[in-house]
Amino acid sequence: MITMLRDIYSVLWVDLRFLRRHWLRTLGTSLVNPVLYLVAFGYGLGGGISFDGYSYLAFVMPGIIALTAMSSSYGGAGLKLHVDRLFYRCFDEYLLSPISLFSLAVGKTLIGVVRGLISTVALLAVALVISPTLIVSPLFMLVLVSSCFVFSFLGVLIGMWAKSHQDMTTFSTLVILPMTFLSGTFFSLSMLPDAVKAVLYLLPLTHSSECLRAAALGQTFPWTSFFGLQIFGLIFFVGCMWLLKRASV
Amino acid sequence: MIVTEKLTKRYGAITALGDLDLKVHAGEIFGFLGPNGAGKTTTIQVLTTLTKPTSGYASVDGFDVVKEPEKVKEVIGVVQQHVSLDRDLTVRENMEFRARLHHLSSSERKKRIDELLDYIGLTEEADRIINDLSGGMKKRAMIIGSLLHTPKMLFLDEPTVGLDAQTRRRLWDSIRRLHLDGTTIFLTTHYIEEAEALCQRVGILHQGHLIDLGKPLELRQRLGLVTVETLVNNRETRYQYFADRVAATSYVQNLPPDAKTIIIRDSNLEDVFVELTGRKVGND
Repeated sequence: MITMLRDIYSVLWVDLRFLRRHWLRTLGTSLVNPVLYLVAFGYGLGGGISFDGYSYLAFVMPGIIALTAMSSSYGGAGLKLHVDRLFYRCFDEYLLSPISLFSLAVGKTLIGVVRGLISTVALLAVALVISPTLIVSPLFMLVLVSSCFVFSFLGVLIGMWAKSHQDMTTFSTLVILPMTFLSGTFFSLSMLPDAVKAVLYLLPLTHSSECLRAAALGQTFPWTSFFGLQIFGLIFFVGCMWLLKRASV
Repeated sequence: MIVTEKLTKRYGAITALGDLDLKVHAGEIFGFLGPNGAGKTTTIQVLTTLTKPTSGYASVDGFDVVKEPEKVKEVIGVVQQHVSLDRDLTVRENMEFRARLHHLSSSERKKRIDELLDYIGLTEEADRIINDLSGGMKKRAMIIGSLLHTPKMLFLDEPTVGLDAQTRRRLWDSIRRLHLDGTTIFLTTHYIEEAEALCQRVGILHQGHLIDLGKPLELRQRLGLVTVETLVNNRETRYQYFADRVAATSYVQNLPPDAKTIIIRDSNLEDVFVELTGRKVGND
């Protein structure tokens, strides 16, 4: 157990060194998108509109936090792994060392979680200033951390799967980008027909947005969505392990 | 130290390595010589547990590479053909990272990294980012990274490819020194002079098959220690091999008067390779 934890930290350590050297750039770039969404949708389009009895700004903020958790965690875990595998080609060093694949998968996931949490906590600080009605409860933090894990697992999965930079771009265009706009981040799913809603519930960000919004606005918590999010995490993690096993003897 | 029996690796219909039977002894510098695509890197990937063989058996220090990969990883160090360092980190950070992966304690890590930086001559570059280093420095940093856990066996895949002559010789010195200090070395190369300068035994690999094996001198003796090059019809160079210079000189004296550009020289492993395969070593 101690060896496993030590190995996980060893894998995380190298990415933390990178983060320490580039923390300002990392934080800055990960906040550009959410701040743009906030200005464009929260203030620009949504000013004066109310949703489900809340101001649009209060409504959209948890969605933008979920979105930031997704993009920072997915990118933080997946892009570096992808670069290490295909461009720097230093990923084999992990496979040549006596650490377990489990430690490798979790260690590579944790850097996404760390980056996701740094970005979302920074955004949350801004959110609490402009929309003080948001409730940051332990449940909210639990959903936030869970979301970071789920999207980090997805990042590791895609980082391991991609055989080229084109694969990463294709996945971002076909999956991440539609998920960004269709997962109830900027609007309520209750406005959509049931068939469309059913499809959107196949996206993990939908569950993350619903849970964060409910926790932040003090609504009835959608436990089904929360467990759905955990199932997505489990599926992505199993996928990571399968790809890692395939990459090693 | 290394034993393989009928070791085979196929990628679809292509046999990258076929029926390799090999023994490499502890304390030896063994080299695989062959052109690109001969199966050298595939052999290293199988022996270092990065690739699973299609069939056959391979062990390193008594550990089966398929059944006991974790044990194999503890006794080997690997320097890959390409730069396998994190290029955004410093030399020391890269070493620290590898030492952590191999479970060295904090005090061991610092001591061993400082020792090896000094041993390989990179102390002054320790805090430089990898991207800012020359090719030779990167290779030496990779060697340090592979030695942190004091492996019994070091695998070097084309260690000097792309390096200038001076840097290459400096790296050879490092490899010889490691060997003298007791490390068994398995290297691959397509440089004839590298195989001759470093290796105690050489295996010649061609299209995934081991076609000859022995000490460089033995391989040359089988062919003939002296080579005579003759230009025929102003177009084609003909090579003849002789046991000694007396026999070679006698052959030259009896050549027809129109034979041109006669060179008498010691034969080398390239001659051996060409005679065995009909190709030059550097050709793909």
